[in-house]
Amino acid sequence: MVMSSGWSIWIIVIVALHIVGYSWLLFSTSKMKEEDHKEGDTTGHEWDGIKEYNNPLPKWWLYMFILTIVFSVVYLILYPGMGNYKGILNWTQEGAWAEENAVVLKKRSELFSTFINKPIPEMIKDTKAMEIGERLFANHCSSCHGSDAQGAIGFPNLADNDWLYGGEPAIIVKSISAGRNGVMPPWGAALGDQGVKQVAAYVRSFSEQGQDAELVTEGQAKFGMFCVACHGADGKGNPMLGAPNLADNIWLHSYDSGLLETVISKGISGKMPKHSELLDDNSIKVLAAYVYSLSNE
Amino acid sequence: MKHHIIEKNIGLMGVLIAIVISFAGLVEIVPLMFQASVVEAHPNLKPYTALQLAGRDIYISEGCYNCHSQNIRPFVDETLRYGHYSQANEFVYDRPFQWGSKRTGPDLHRVGGKFSDDWHETHLLDPRSVVPESNMPGYPWLAEQMVDAEQVDAGMRVLKDWFDHPYTQEQLANAKADVEGKTKMQALIAYLQVLGTAIPRSYK
Repeated sequence: MVMSSGWSIWIIVIVALHIVGYSWLLFSTSKMKEEDHKEGDTTGHEWDGIKEYNNPLPKWWLYMFILTIVFSVVYLILYPGMGNYKGILNWTQEGAWAEENAVVLKKRSELFSTFINKPIPEMIKDTKAMEIGERLFANHCSSCHGSDAQGAIGFPNLADNDWLYGGEPAIIVKSISAGRNGVMPPWGAALGDQGVKQVAAYVRSFSEQGQDAELVTEGQAKFGMFCVACHGADGKGNPMLGAPNLADNIWLHSYDSGLLETVISKGISGKMPKHSELLDDNSIKVLAAYVYSLSNE
Repeated sequence: MKHHIIEKNIGLMGVLIAIVISFAGLVEIVPLMFQASVVEAHPNLKPYTALQLAGRDIYISEGCYNCHSQNIRPFVDETLRYGHYSQANEFVYDRPFQWGSKRTGPDLHRVGGKFSDDWHETHLLDPRSVVPESNMPGYPWLAEQMVDAEQVDAGMRVLKDWFDHPYTQEQLANAKADVEGKTKMQALIAYLQVLGTAIPRSYK
């Protein structure tokens, strides 16, 4: 934070003049000596019979003023304040942060060292690791996946052992660190309104009896043409693509009347932001272990 | 000068008080206006695009700053939660900056890229649909109201002509077209997604 020497001098001169000026003001106005002072002297001011005593400042009060001036001088010698002068302690805001951060990182690696080398299925048995994972989850994941990890519409439930991309430890680590981009393209143009209805009926028939048989039959044929590539012939999805299982009655978006049709017709995308730049690998591993623990006790 | 002269002339006292106080500004504020680390942009910082600028206006008009700060202080508890601490040279294209001082909600300086656009939309429409314990109000009208293209265009020209923000002629020429037909929701999300992205969030 270097400034030009002109401004540096400007600051130094004004600050120095102030310290001198305040000292002068203090001493010149506190000249009254104990012996000159008579008990009961007044300033001569009088308001409705109320008079103002003319007593000197109490000594302790005066010393506090002196102390603040001494403090400012000592402070300006130790810390930056006088323009470009860095102070004896060489203190900087960034330096103070870096120091504190180094302490925290060291503490953290000591704390992590007791469990970080365990494979994730082992790590979930470590209470300490799971406590840390829970805090990391609350900070970095809960806004989308919920503080109970049960997700919301459009944001996957992480506690139900149903996975879009797979629930193996290495896959969870990858999902967190690299993020995910799930894209369901729009099919409205290819299927037409009736086609969308038919496919929706077929998809619903996986989870619920009593769909219109005619729609289901037509829908099955169209599903075979347009949907199997990602969701599979049996509708069970494909974790390689993040294509959801449509046959397990777990719905990321919606199963409700009209909404499923909208998803098919307009498409939908889901994005999990990558966290590799925000979190270090060890924290991601602990976080993945916590997520893994939610469905693997 | 005698006390009673000052004490009996309130105008004179006002002038003298103003002079005394102005010294603090002369030392603490004026030199900053000429200090490179404060007035020169971070190398990765770009001026707001038309849509982001429109979003910034919405951020201000909806009073987001009443509950959200944009200033990550250099303390470890803050950097662990929000990412790299804020630097003055990240705010040179903010007139005025939105540092704020109130955190009813979390700090937003490095919110860019933290969430998906879809999350922001869902959350702004109804915060409790994704964060049940949130006390943030919903802003559903943002999805219905359109950005005022004329205003964005005029705003960009002021920033270019008066404050020398490095907009290209092409950006200025396309300003209206860039925001035409966009909702306030889209503009606000565009703004949120660029916040704090000049510096990587992490220090690791």
